[in-house]
Amino acid sequence: MRVLVCVKRVPFTGGKMVLAPDSMALETRHLGFTISPHEECGVEAAVRLVEVNTGESVVLTLGPPEAIEQLRDAMALGIDRAIHLQTESAEWDPEATAAAIVDAIGADEAASGPFDLIFFGNESADSGGYQVGLLVARALGRPAVTGLKGVKVEGGSVRCEQEADGGRDVYVVPMPAVLTVKEGLNLPRYPSVPGRMRAGRKPVATSAPTQAPARLEMVRLVVPPGQGRRAEVLGSGASAAPAVVEMMRKIGVA
Amino acid sequence: MSNLPAHARAVVIGCGIVGNSVAYHLCRLGWRDVVLLDKGPLPNPGGSTGHASNFIYLVDHSKEMTALTVESVNQYKEMGVFTQSGGIEVARTKERMHELTRRMSSAASWGIEPVSLITPAKVKDLVPFIDESIILGGFYTPGVGVVDSLRAGTIMRERAEASGALQVVAKTEVVAIDVERGRVRCVRTTAGEIEADTVVITCGVWSPRVARMAGARIPLTPAVHQMIDVGPVPRFAGAKGDIEVPIVRDMDTNMYERQAGGDLEIGSYAHRPILYDPEDIPPIERAALSPTEFPFTQPDFEVQMQHALELMPEIVGDEKVGVKYAINGILSLTSDGMPVLGESPDVRGLWSAAAVWVKEGPGTGKALAEWMVHGESEIDLHSSDIARFHEHQRTRAHVRARAAEGFNKTYGIVHPSEQWASNRNVRLAPFHDRERELGATFFEAAGWERPMWYESNGPLLDEFGDRVTRRTAEWESRWWSPIINAEHLAMRERAGLFDLSAFTIFDIQGPGALGAVQEVTLRQMDVPAGRNVYTPVLSHNGGFKSDLTVMRLGDEHFRVVTGGAAGMSDKKWFADHLPADGSAQLFDLTTAMTTVGLWGPRARDILMSATSDDVSDEGFKFGACRTIDIGTVRVLASRISYVGDLGWELYVSIDQGLKLWDMLWEAGRPFGLAACGIGVYGTTGRLEKCYRAHGNELETEYNVVEAGMQAPRVKAEDFVGKEAHLRHREEEPAAVLCTLTVDDHKSKSGEKRYMLGREPVLTRNGAAITDRHGRRSYVTSAGAGPSVGKHILMSYLPPEQAVLGTKLAVQYMGERYPVTVAVVGSTPLFDPENTRIRS
Amino acid sequence: MLLVLVEQTGGVASDPSLQTLTLARSFGEPIHALVIGSAVDLSHHGVAVTHVAVHDELDSFAPDAWAAILGQLADRLGAGAVFAAGTDRGNDVMARVAARMRLPLATNCIAVAPGPPVTLTRQRWGGSLLEEARLHSARALITVAPHSVPIEPARAETRVERFTPQLKEQELVVHVAEHVSTKGGGVSLAEAKVVVSGGRGVGSKEGFAIIEDLAGLLGAAVGCSRVVTSAGWRPHTDQVGQTGTKIAPELYIACGISGATQHMAGCKAAKRILAINSDAEAPIMLNADYAVVGDLKEIVPAISAELRKRK
Repeated sequence: MRVLVCVKRVPFTGGKMVLAPDSMALETRHLGFTISPHEECGVEAAVRLVEVNTGESVVLTLGPPEAIEQLRDAMALGIDRAIHLQTESAEWDPEATAAAIVDAIGADEAASGPFDLIFFGNESADSGGYQVGLLVARALGRPAVTGLKGVKVEGGSVRCEQEADGGRDVYVVPMPAVLTVKEGLNLPRYPSVPGRMRAGRKPVATSAPTQAPARLEMVRLVVPPGQGRRAEVLGSGASAAPAVVEMMRKIGVA
Repeated sequence: MSNLPAHARAVVIGCGIVGNSVAYHLCRLGWRDVVLLDKGPLPNPGGSTGHASNFIYLVDHSKEMTALTVESVNQYKEMGVFTQSGGIEVARTKERMHELTRRMSSAASWGIEPVSLITPAKVKDLVPFIDESIILGGFYTPGVGVVDSLRAGTIMRERAEASGALQVVAKTEVVAIDVERGRVRCVRTTAGEIEADTVVITCGVWSPRVARMAGARIPLTPAVHQMIDVGPVPRFAGAKGDIEVPIVRDMDTNMYERQAGGDLEIGSYAHRPILYDPEDIPPIERAALSPTEFPFTQPDFEVQMQHALELMPEIVGDEKVGVKYAINGILSLTSDGMPVLGESPDVRGLWSAAAVWVKEGPGTGKALAEWMVHGESEIDLHSSDIARFHEHQRTRAHVRARAAEGFNKTYGIVHPSEQWASNRNVRLAPFHDRERELGATFFEAAGWERPMWYESNGPLLDEFGDRVTRRTAEWESRWWSPIINAEHLAMRERAGLFDLSAFTIFDIQGPGALGAVQEVTLRQMDVPAGRNVYTPVLSHNGGFKSDLTVMRLGDEHFRVVTGGAAGMSDKKWFADHLPADGSAQLFDLTTAMTTVGLWGPRARDILMSATSDDVSDEGFKFGACRTIDIGTVRVLASRISYVGDLGWELYVSIDQGLKLWDMLWEAGRPFGLAACGIGVYGTTGRLEKCYRAHGNELETEYNVVEAGMQAPRVKAEDFVGKEAHLRHREEEPAAVLCTLTVDDHKSKSGEKRYMLGREPVLTRNGAAITDRHGRRSYVTSAGAGPSVGKHILMSYLPPEQAVLGTKLAVQYMGERYPVTVAVVGSTPLFDPENTRIRS
Repeated sequence: MLLVLVEQTGGVASDPSLQTLTLARSFGEPIHALVIGSAVDLSHHGVAVTHVAVHDELDSFAPDAWAAILGQLADRLGAGAVFAAGTDRGNDVMARVAARMRLPLATNCIAVAPGPPVTLTRQRWGGSLLEEARLHSARALITVAPHSVPIEPARAETRVERFTPQLKEQELVVHVAEHVSTKGGGVSLAEAKVVVSGGRGVGSKEGFAIIEDLAGLLGAAVGCSRVVTSAGWRPHTDQVGQTGTKIAPELYIACGISGATQHMAGCKAAKRILAINSDAEAPIMLNADYAVVGDLKEIVPAISAELRKRK
């Protein structure tokens, strides 16, 4: 079985969002970078599927040269090889991103055969466009299911579970398919030291796609004004309990 | 949030292990109205304490560092936050095994027990998951352990608060420190201002930034230490405590591995030096983790993973054991690896306790508090004194260059004479080019490039033949040349010319000068103008703060000459004791003057041929100083000697230094003058004369009587340490400084070995020697005595051993060598009557 | 003319869809709405025409089919813009519309103005950051961030029209084949009136006993921060945050939660927040309405005891 997982390098944010001077990106001088949390579960799912079914797992990212770190992270968890679509630092809009990924998948499939499953995160942690996976699926003419918290391969199909209405909606779609997943799909493993060491030796295919003009064009970023409310201190320690219950009564929840 | 008091006796800025400890000990010593501030929350305000690995190894080659560490462990134990685990430093190479024998020596010298060298099999017994096949042995210290440094900080804070002497204010950032007439006056914070008599900066990696608010410098740099945490380790499942297995230091790879509950923590000092500026540290709300936990940079840890895997394959190689946590932790590094303690030379009342790690935190806090309250600490802190730095050593570029160079030596095998490679050629003598032409090997002192020996003196080796001892062992040959001993003999037979540019020189002038100089010196300074006086400078408890020479140049004019290393601390000490009425002033002439030394039986002949002034013994007595003409150069000549031969120190303005050198060189040619390096001046010449050196024999922990330097009478005038000194003269010394010679150099392998200093002095049976104050006997200085044909050692010995002819032993590189007490007290080994210098 | 996809449950439009209608009206009129399955009364929300799509195969949700219907109707009406709520389904369907029509889509907008180019403000990082953007497209595709726009009713004469789409077989391949109810005895996090959450400060899996006790007394759901799920103390279904569940209770009680952006993105729709934290300056205090400073291990049981006393 061949599985592809597409990931995005995003900053690991702290308690406060701070913008770069040009307001076109976050100030990341003090921040580390990670794979979007949803996609971490996609990586884990891909690794587990190939562990069980044998075959090959591939990780793909579109991002700056530094995104190699995230590819290595994924390979440290067991992904076999990586495709790096290298960009300049500026962000690509969803359409351009999807187009480049479609080309890369086409090339890889031409050489190595089709991917049975292609994983995306349901949405990236930073830009949250909710669409790259679906744009790719449409271009490839494959069924796509989004927001998954359960994925199970059953023969030539895949059973997909999505949280909905206090339960789960179940989809069963034939493979090859595109799946977008959410955190909670699984509990991703930590990389082992041998895994990390192997990751450094795994192949990374790097190319530089050309960027289509953005039709969703970012003008600038803005930090939303705080709620402006300063908490009313009801007290400190256990002695605050009566005041808390009084407040609950007043707003009608106790 | 909190109400700041309007005034404080002391404001301590920074609630890491150091700040908590300083505040606690200040209160314990009786100070009240102490305020402890931090911009972060408690108990973990976000500094380096919060992510420290918290383990403590006891043995360091530095006596000062070991003393601070031992005191810290005692405090951690008293607070109940110390978990003893034992620790093993393992060796992968033969060189490292030799180094471990040196660590055995240091342990014995500083009294750390028990310690042992153990076999790989024994290491495996203690640490069952180690691959013992790749190691040659280990240095085992059972007393090693792990502390809860945050808890310790809280305990100290709460104790001081309970006494009513301390107010703690968290979440309050210092925004300015006001200085008035060179003294701190006020600390301005986000919550208001506090008038402060003293301010202590214990801000770890932020210290330089806070110091700058007061116009002061704390020279340190934030740097990365990488740490990862892997787990869960099956073997540690159900671990009851934080640590149950000895901590392993994999010395050759600059790494450590320690159990941390159910996980294994792996730390490294092996990666490329990654330095930051304090400004690079984010505010708390912008940091993803804590401000001092930077994102992990995986590429810097690649080799380390391999090394950890080699040593602990069972755990590190387990595919189910994951890397759960990885950080680039930020800690403080300095240019010489020592902390930055004491009152700033820039601003009175502004104190620093920075670049202090968890292992020495509480001990340092106590020592600094003693220093603040009593004027000095029990532990001699001269290597950590913030005043030690020369100007260039306080620059960002210097700190970064040396910190980067020193980082990978954290677990290194560092030779006692090892020289820095970075930022050299900072201070050059005017005759530096001449020295280079003579093939000088330069050692650095206070930034000055000083010749240690001259390759051009190679032919002297033939001349002196067997009288020059050769060394075959690589370790003792490193940073050394037999030419030093040949130069020594050339000086003793003819004459030597010395570059003494590294001296620190300052004048005290004014109507109050005599009083000022009297106050800080042991010897009588009220001598006729034109005399030089060598004198100890005492601490309040009568120990050695320094030793130096004072020339009286006029009724109200004194010139102080001291060594480069202690020069800046000495300068601050003198400046601090100037009269408050401004009747005496200090002028630093270090960079205005240069000094050339001329000694040897032909020194007078040489000088006479270069000057028409009277330099005969009658005309220029030993102990005299006055200006003479040498050609067109006006020179302050001072008849004094640190090498035991007739001669002068010649002081000249720096622009004419080269001219002086050239004239002396020409004049000396007919007399066989040799250029001599500092190897002769600082070691061979000095040791043959049993002259003491600051930092070796002379420390605040020893007094004048013990050093055998008491004069028949004590001057009537008051001086710092007088009361203690008078007391010391009345009591029997607990130890006496002795000179020993080595009886047999032959090691088991047959190779002759030569001690380099700091080795333990033992009885012939190998028992440690301890005086009644609990101080171990160790070699304070070691070096060749070419004229006496012996390898000379100095050591303080208790009265029972301080007897001429006592047979003792010295432990060196894992073996014991027989030595004999050759001198008790200060009588020179060479020319005991001092006829040469008085000839 | 704008077309708005309206989600419904049993003939009642969802709040996010009504919020979408409000924002859409600020963009332009008239408003046409598309509902799939049964009709919905939208006459209080300024809708001129409600199109009710009916098809034999539409019993269960099939996102490609919904996208086909929305696309066909937009084409037939010549809609200048298509709006949907930025819910899981809304974003899913609109992305498929964008893919089939080869148009750019701006998701999770909180403000839009007609162009050309269309100018808009959209959420990033779950709303912790905003992006001002231009949409270069003859037909704007927009989803509206839930709970970012208050619903403003507007009376209108609403015409209801039936729409019968042409659906291809492949558009029905992806469909909900089954709904598995996982509802236990507890209260659903997303719909709970009160949520009691614990963070790193709770200290351990066992530490949640006092959180559960308080939640039980209030009929509340139990939530937690991402740190807690990563540590394995609670299942991911309890996680409140950008990558967990987004909640909108009357009262959110955050115990030992510092308030990282990832967490606040999940609870910012709460009407009121009570923060219980030992750190009076924790970021959550700037977003909370009420605060109790101190050790949650003392405070939470004390509140429970007080509730019991008054019952």
